[in-house]
Amino acid sequence: MFCLVDCNSFYASCEQVFRPDLRNKPVVVLSNNDCFIVARSAQAKAMGIGDLQTMFDIKSWMQQQNVTIFSSNYALYGDLSARVMNTLRLFSSRIEIYSIDEMFLYLEEISSPQNSPTQISESMNDYGKHIKKTIFQHTAMPVSVGIAPTKTLAKLANRAAKIIPKCQGVGVLDTSKKWDWVKKRTPVNKIWGISSRFSARLAELNIYTALELANSDPKMIRRYFNVCVERTIEELNGHACLSLEEIPTPKKQIYCSRSFAQKTKQLPPIQDAISLYVARACEKLRAQQSMSASLQILLYTASYESNYYNSHQVIQLPYPSDDTRLISAIARTAVQHLFKPGVAYIKAGVGLLELSDKKHQQLDMFHPGQSTKTDQLMTVIDKINTHYGRNSIYVAAEGVHKKWAMRQAYRSPSYTSQWNELPEIKC
Amino acid sequence: MKKYLLSLFTHSVPAGFPSPADDYLDRSLDLNTYLIKHPAATYLARAKGDSMEGCGIFDGDLLIVDRSIEAQHGQIIIAAIDGQLTCKILDKNKQCLTSANEHFTPIRISEFSDLVIEGVVIHSVRHHVLP
Ligand SMILES: [Mg+2]
Repeated sequence: MFCLVDCNSFYASCEQVFRPDLRNKPVVVLSNNDCFIVARSAQAKAMGIGDLQTMFDIKSWMQQQNVTIFSSNYALYGDLSARVMNTLRLFSSRIEIYSIDEMFLYLEEISSPQNSPTQISESMNDYGKHIKKTIFQHTAMPVSVGIAPTKTLAKLANRAAKIIPKCQGVGVLDTSKKWDWVKKRTPVNKIWGISSRFSARLAELNIYTALELANSDPKMIRRYFNVCVERTIEELNGHACLSLEEIPTPKKQIYCSRSFAQKTKQLPPIQDAISLYVARACEKLRAQQSMSASLQILLYTASYESNYYNSHQVIQLPYPSDDTRLISAIARTAVQHLFKPGVAYIKAGVGLLELSDKKHQQLDMFHPGQSTKTDQLMTVIDKINTHYGRNSIYVAAEGVHKKWAMRQAYRSPSYTSQWNELPEIKC
Repeated sequence: MKKYLLSLFTHSVPAGFPSPADDYLDRSLDLNTYLIKHPAATYLARAKGDSMEGCGIFDGDLLIVDRSIEAQHGQIIIAAIDGQLTCKILDKNKQCLTSANEHFTPIRISEFSDLVIEGVVIHSVRHHVLP
C-alpha cells in the first residue's frame, strides 16, 4: 500500500508551531519580497483570502480582521519539513520525499488471512490516524494521510481526506467500491499528473471525471495523449505502475533569482546581489556534490517600465567548478556587460548549468581544473555558515550594505536554526 | 568550559601495518547524541522568568524539550497556557500544573480545557560563562 502524507497549509502551519496562540486562527504567509499571499491557514481560506492575492490589495483589510501576516521564513520551513520526514521513518523505511510538504511511504501489507476485508480497512484507517497523531505530537505539524494501492489513488485519497470532514484527515481507498465513489466526484484536472491543458482536451472526448477517465480505453488515450496518461488510467484502476523514488535525483540546474526591495539604476548594488545569488547557488551545488561548467546571468526590469527589458547571458566557465570566488568574479564581469545605464532594474538571477558529478570529473591535461586547496576552502566556508548561521563568512564581493536585500517586514524568528532566535518559554 | 577533543589516536606504524589498537579507537563524545534521543521531536528554547528556580531553571537557561515522550507525574513540562509556551511541573495526582517558586499559585488542569502539553523538558543548561 502507498501512503501519501501531506502537510496542511504547510508554511502557515510552520508559523503556528512555536506560536500556539495562532493555532486555529487566520494566518497568511507572503512570497519573497512580501508581494503575494502564498499560504493560508484554514481559517484564512474560510475568510475568502485567495491564493496569490497581492498584499497591496488586502493588507489593511487583513490587519483590521486580525489576520496574522508573515514573510516567508525558509530556514524554519526547511527544518520543520526535515523533522516531519524523519518522524515518518518510524513508520516505513521506504520513503519518497515528493516535495517540501509531501512524502510517499510504502507500507507493507497489513492484511492477514484471518481478518475480514472490513477489519483490514479499519486497521488501515487506524494506522493512518496513528501516523497523523504521531506527526502532530512530535512536530506540531497537522497532516492529511491518504492510503491506497497506487500512488495516484493515494493522492486522491489524500484529497478526499482533506475535503470530506467525516474523514478527519485520513482517507483509505482500498476497495474499488470506495475509489469509484471518490473518482465519480473528482474532476480530471484534480488528478495527479493531469494538467489543465490535458483536461481541456479530455473534455473534448467527453471525459470530465476521474471515473470517466478510468473507464476509458487506455490504447485510445495513449494515441491521443501519451504513455503517462495511459499509466494514470492503470493507476486509477488500482494497478500500481509508479514506484517510490527513494533516492533524490540531483538537480540538473540550480537557479537563484530574487526581486530587489527597490528598483535600481546602479551597477554596484546589482553586482553585489549577483554575488550573493552565486554564493547561494554554489552552496546548493556543493551540497549535492556537483560541479558547474556554465553560468547564466539574468537581469529584469519591471514589465510596466517604458523601457521594459530583460536580458540574459550564458558564460562558459574555464573548467567545471564549485568555487564561489571564481564564479562570482565571472558573474560580476558579465553583469557589467549586460547592464544598460539609465534602465531601472527590479530583479536579477543566476543559474548554474551543465552540472556534473564532482566525483567523476574528467581530467584535462591542459586545464588542471579546480585545485584541492579550493575544495578545502569551500568546505570550510560551508561548515562555518552551517554552524554560525548564513553569511557568517562570505566573499567580500557580496557587498556589506545590501540595500537591495529582500523586503521581509514580517519574518518570524528562525526558532530552530539561530541561537539568538530560540523560542522563549515563560517561567 | 574548555573543549577537549576526546579521541584516541594510534601511533603511526612505519611498516604500514594497521595497529591492533585501531579496533578500539573511540569516537569523540557527542553531546547531541548523549542528550537528545529523538532529534526530530526535540527543540531548544530559552527560559524567561523566575518561577522555576526551585528546579534549578533560571532566567536565560537553555531548555531541551522533547515533544515525543508522554509527560509523567512530577516531570517538568512545557504547556501552552492562554496560547503562551509556559514551563511548569505536571502534578497528575492533584490534576494541576505547579511552579517551583512559592510566589506562584498552581493552575488546575480542569480550568484549562484547551491546555496542550508541548513537550517534556529533558535537560536544562546553565551558562556559567556566556557562549
Ligand atoms: Mg500541503
